[in-house]
Amino acid sequence: MRVVFKTHYNQDIKLAKHSGYVFWYTGLIIAMIAAPFALNSGATDAGWLVDELSLIMIYAVAGLGLMVLTGYTGMVSLGHAAFLAIGAYTNGFLMEQGVSFLVSFFVAGALSGIIGLLLAIPTMRMTGIYLSIATIAFAVIVESIIIHWSSVTGGNRGMPINAPDLFGYELWDPVEFYFLCLVVLILIVLLVANLMRSSTGRALVALRDSEVSAQSMGINIPYYKAVAFGLSAMITGFAGALYAHKITFLSVESFNFIESVRLLLMVVVGGLGSIHGAIFGAIFIGLLPVFLSLVRDYLPAGIANAPGLEPGLFGIILMLFILFEPMGIYGRWLKIKLYFSIFPLYRKATFKRQKTYLKTERLH
Amino acid sequence: MAFFAVDNLAIHFGGIKAVDGVSFQVNEGEVFTIIGPNGAGKSTIFNMISRIYDPSEGAIVFEGRELTEVPAHKVAGMGIARTFQNIELFERATVLQNLLVGRHAHRKTSLLAELLFLPSVRQQELRHREAAEKVIDFLDLQPYRNQMITNLPYGVRKNVELARALCIEPKILLLDEPASGLTVEETRDMGFWIDDIRRDFGITVIMVEHNMGLVNQVSDRVLAINNGRFLAEGTAAEVQAHPDVQKAYLGA
Amino acid sequence: MEFEPLQIIQLLLIGVSQGCFYGLIALGFVLIYKATEMINFAQGDMMMLGMFLGITVTVGMGLPFWSAIPICMLAMGIFGYLMDVLIFRRVIGQPAFVIVVLTISLGFIMRAAAGMIWGAQPLALPSPLVGNLEVGGLVITLERVAVIVGTIIVTGLLYMFFRFTRVGVAMQASSQNQLAAYYMGIPVKRIFSLIWFISAAVAALAGLLVAPIVTTVTTDIGLAVTIKAFAGAVIGGFGSLPGAILGCLIIGIVEPFAGAYLPEFKEIVAFLILFAVLVLRPQGLFAQIQRKKV
Repeated sequence: MRVVFKTHYNQDIKLAKHSGYVFWYTGLIIAMIAAPFALNSGATDAGWLVDELSLIMIYAVAGLGLMVLTGYTGMVSLGHAAFLAIGAYTNGFLMEQGVSFLVSFFVAGALSGIIGLLLAIPTMRMTGIYLSIATIAFAVIVESIIIHWSSVTGGNRGMPINAPDLFGYELWDPVEFYFLCLVVLILIVLLVANLMRSSTGRALVALRDSEVSAQSMGINIPYYKAVAFGLSAMITGFAGALYAHKITFLSVESFNFIESVRLLLMVVVGGLGSIHGAIFGAIFIGLLPVFLSLVRDYLPAGIANAPGLEPGLFGIILMLFILFEPMGIYGRWLKIKLYFSIFPLYRKATFKRQKTYLKTERLH
Repeated sequence: MAFFAVDNLAIHFGGIKAVDGVSFQVNEGEVFTIIGPNGAGKSTIFNMISRIYDPSEGAIVFEGRELTEVPAHKVAGMGIARTFQNIELFERATVLQNLLVGRHAHRKTSLLAELLFLPSVRQQELRHREAAEKVIDFLDLQPYRNQMITNLPYGVRKNVELARALCIEPKILLLDEPASGLTVEETRDMGFWIDDIRRDFGITVIMVEHNMGLVNQVSDRVLAINNGRFLAEGTAAEVQAHPDVQKAYLGA
Repeated sequence: MEFEPLQIIQLLLIGVSQGCFYGLIALGFVLIYKATEMINFAQGDMMMLGMFLGITVTVGMGLPFWSAIPICMLAMGIFGYLMDVLIFRRVIGQPAFVIVVLTISLGFIMRAAAGMIWGAQPLALPSPLVGNLEVGGLVITLERVAVIVGTIIVTGLLYMFFRFTRVGVAMQASSQNQLAAYYMGIPVKRIFSLIWFISAAVAALAGLLVAPIVTTVTTDIGLAVTIKAFAGAVIGGFGSLPGAILGCLIIGIVEPFAGAYLPEFKEIVAFLILFAVLVLRPQGLFAQIQRKKV
């Protein structure tokens, strides 16, 4: 069992809390860098895994965006696929006009962020379910704009996407794209980690837990809600820009309500309120279709061919998690670590939820 | 000019006058207590001072500034902190994180600097942590520093609520029923802390309280209100001996 | 664009029947919300299941349409009751977000199950209500009349139920303060399950009445409807039964007009109204949610 002996505030502030962190995360980064070469080395037929990992990393970025809004600030968004779409279509459109990827990538994120900020304005005083419904409405409106503004988006015909280009060099090779995604992911992870260890991050969490006392502590509620929306939308917009290159063809069905729910599923299953949660969730979402296609051959025809099998499976897993493990995969991971670190003193009651009763906040 | 003055404050909710023409002044460095039966409007007065509600009439003046024109989130920056009757802590954060939010009023970093975590941000963080640790030492919260609020007993939560308010480094501290739910020992400790707050930090305390023992122990002056209206004002002994107060609230 | 008065009233009638349909769905989840403060995102999917059950009863078993109504309502009611007993009882009192995620997941599962049981092909539910009602040059199909009539009946029954029966009053008490309701001897859990029963049954009724109008039933029918009905309930003021109907009527009426005169906006006009209402009058037209008291 590791006891961390703290002698300086910096140990609390640092991102890598102790040498164990440094060891494992450095190892992880090295593994991530080596992965595509190992997978492609011909020993195994796993080259497609590089593509999968790229997709997972893109989902992780999108998940981090949603995590900032929903996990940290407590504002549940059921329309986040709209920001993915805005990022994707902006990037695609600008690249069609000949703009370099480096510029279009940032513009995609910035535009998405600005629209997120604008969305914050009407939703300022909305709480809970009202806010979620407003995000659904927002997503529907964005979908409609995509369909009808066909001069820019290609409408129902869709928009084909080429490879991203860095200073003129086009990244067609999946390994090169993998590294692009890896770099973006690491930068976004650092950004969110910095956010959450600073005053702004704490203010966002305060908004989640008690708006009224946050205000009494000097937190300007409209400002921070806007910051949450803007940052969340921007990060998801960045993910969208990469996503466009991954799926190579944009059609409006890729960004519907089911997609928004998939993003929400990711952060809930991964574990709300942590960076690890977004990563675990992305891994889960990325591997689920793979798992399904492997298992499909063994299922009876009636089940295997049903439309909505994948969402149905989502539903079951999401339901199981929210009923039995609301802290998500990361939560379970923490519990397991705790079990081993204080073995044999672990007690299940440590995490037992208190019985809750319903008391309405409505005043008739 | 008074340090803190409330002048003819009133608020109507629909047909109900929760507070109806209450005036009082508070001098710097004193402990001023408001007493009265439940529903008298005491917490409502606090809510108006914290700008959670907008008064229908009247003025609140602090160091020459008219508070009713100040938006709610600027009150902390002006030096007014409050605790809540029903404890409004951030449940899913640790004690330390709660206190650090209390330091928000002293934030000097910009969003961009924070995202990049520039050295200036790190410096500010260290300063905030030092300040928070001072408050932790003052209220003996060391063992609970890294625990989630959900795991803490009620008495400790009340202390954390107080600690968080102190992190604002306020000039005026509004305590809403600081002794409610506390044991006799805890109440006595609270009394000592309020004294220390006034003496060591020079903070003016405005308190709403039902526990007459605590009221007598720490108050300089007391205001009694009933049904949103002024009843009596004076020292603790004077107010408690006042016939109207006894009839409405204390019992003869 | 022409503004013929006859055409306008025609569109109005279609709009009213459409609004009534949304209203029936909205009634279902406002019922659940008023009682348990839970948001049921699977309301539309319950309607979908009701429709498919109706097809099985009429086409599969050869029973007449009118008998299908009580059978399907009962079956879906039991389904709703079981859902509460098995799943929702465990999560009473937890934050709204948990319930939202839970019901969305259930919706997915229901859609997948429906796809497995009834196949991927769209199916049709035949109705005996063939023909039109003609009044002074206005034509409205009998099916649409049935929707309007059904909504009026259901609304009236529910109103009387909550106002005048002990169970109805007990339901309101349970939602306002569950612990206190327990102390008063109210069997809170059973009452909540009863609410789910009623709500699911109403959803089934809505499905059966509307199935002939949409002519084919697919597994995805529920989702779009749920969202529009939500918009209607929010516009009218969430938590208010008459408000939900009113809000849905507004949406139902505006949509056909948008379809006729501004076709690009037809799909989103409901949400534009929703946004406008949420910004201008966040509590909706019949306010229910107010600020937390500190």
